Amino acid sequence: MPNVLSKRTMMIMLTAVAILFPLVFKNMYLLQLLTLVFIWSIAVYGFNIISGYVGYLSLAHAGFFAIGAYGVGLLTTKAELPYWISLFLAVIITALAGALVGVIALRTKSHFFAIYTMCVGVIIYLLIDKWDSLTGGVRGLIGISPPGNIGPITFDSLTSQYYLALSFLILTIFICYRIVHSLLGRTFIAIRNSEELAKTIGISIMKNQLLAFTLSALFAGLSGALYASFIRFIGPQISAITVTFEMLMYLLVGGIGTLAGPLVGTLIVISLTQSLQFLEEYRMLIFGPVVVLLVLYYPRGITGSIETFIRKRKLQKVNLRKEEHEVKRDVGEAG
Amino acid sequence: MFFRTEGITKRFGGLAAVEDVSASFEKGSITAIIGPNGAGKSTFFNLISGIHPITSGKVFFKDNDITKMPPQQIARLGIGRTFQTTNLFEQSTVLDNVLIGHRLRTKSGIWDAIFRTAREKEEEKRSYEKAMQALAFVELENVVEHPVSLISQEEKKRLAFALALATDPEMVLLDEPAAGVNPDETDGLAYLMRKMADHGITVCLIEHKMPMIMSLADKIVVLNHGKKIAEGRPDEIRQNEAVIQAYLGGEVHAPVKQY
Repeated sequence: MPNVLSKRTMMIMLTAVAILFPLVFKNMYLLQLLTLVFIWSIAVYGFNIISGYVGYLSLAHAGFFAIGAYGVGLLTTKAELPYWISLFLAVIITALAGALVGVIALRTKSHFFAIYTMCVGVIIYLLIDKWDSLTGGVRGLIGISPPGNIGPITFDSLTSQYYLALSFLILTIFICYRIVHSLLGRTFIAIRNSEELAKTIGISIMKNQLLAFTLSALFAGLSGALYASFIRFIGPQISAITVTFEMLMYLLVGGIGTLAGPLVGTLIVISLTQSLQFLEEYRMLIFGPVVVLLVLYYPRGITGSIETFIRKRKLQKVNLRKEEHEVKRDVGEAG
Repeated sequence: MFFRTEGITKRFGGLAAVEDVSASFEKGSITAIIGPNGAGKSTFFNLISGIHPITSGKVFFKDNDITKMPPQQIARLGIGRTFQTTNLFEQSTVLDNVLIGHRLRTKSGIWDAIFRTAREKEEEKRSYEKAMQALAFVELENVVEHPVSLISQEEKKRLAFALALATDPEMVLLDEPAAGVNPDETDGLAYLMRKMADHGITVCLIEHKMPMIMSLADKIVVLNHGKKIAEGRPDEIRQNEAVIQAYLGGEVHAPVKQY
């Protein structure tokens, strides 16, 4: 039983389902939706690194998403660079922007960090919105090139774009998995748990935070870049603060500080948003209270709650075994 | 001298929390810092471990000037510490708490993490071994997998020792290690501190439990109102008039008013 449900088997099965999905369901709408879920998830994974594991709530995330998106948009349309070079450059530019912002932002803590990064997000929005000559301002940027060919592989069809987004998502999850299960990941978690203690056991707070912040911006940039080439039209509203809060909602629902959380949350919330579309703006009347209740009673979201449940069960078993062992020993001694 | 401070002073605004304190600790000895509440004992620890910047004076560790070093660098040089309020990573397990203690002796970074290099594997193994060794030292092997929130107060105190030990320290600063535990458990903790000293680790502790201090410490430093008022062996301190005055208040021979 435990072997069938082990993490590795689950992951392989889920990947298999994701790969087979377009072959079984020929529904274009679902495919489009899932592709978007994959792309947004990548950004939420980035969000999770700094906010979930290091414990610093960064509200500039949509800004970095937009830098990635506009990076690819401008490099392919205005500089007319090949797609893959543009993608690479866009991601690097976003990571550099993240590092630059991080150097200053990380001097602040908790609420002040959230407020500072929110200001950065607003500044990025204003830059995109007002810099007409470069970004096209409110008119946005159109005609962004789709992903270019890799040898014989083309990305013209929706199915191929689905697989492209899926591959990048798997790569993102793999990198996050490796980081979380490494000494570096433990270092991040130590900083989240207690900065003061982390310092006295010899951990450089700033260095690790900056690394996490840069990584988080990098994934936001990658996500934005893929988004731009998938939708092929971007406007300043993708950097709006509401987008950051949407990503935060995905993260909270799925489980902040968990590995599966970003994907689970993004999948559930985006699917719900789509199926509640007839309610238009009023759907927030449902989401608002649900998120509040979730944060109150399940602060670690869906995945986090399941993990806690499993851990408790395991601990009970350990204790039970210990008791059994003691009873046996007592009986043995008595006999 | 293994460790010494030269006239260190810390002012918060106009108030001198620690004023002109010179003290020295010998390698492998146990030094206790005592004094009434608000005497500046914890501030003294925060100064020598780099948490607060020092206003004036100097701190030397093995003849290196560490006065201006940040806490993480001081930790790397070999000074571990614990906090007054048992400061642990509450959400993690006992083992995870101690594992991270050895992080400062490892070098694996982001690339080692992503590619799971040989260095990462070797350092993970080393951290694990170090953690288990530290947990064995404080006799917590039986709760390794427990979350910290479920272990007892006294076990948390010992876990804090283990975390400090996992950093491979040459000296440990223990802030009220026996606060809030019963007398039997206090003896157990005193035994552990003696064991650390016997292993060559210099122990420096802040404590209010006098019977424990008197039997445990090789040397006592007494602070009052931020100043050092006495320093010496326990039997010397017991006789010291300035100390008695600080603890009991007023004059030693208070004039008795006649009515």
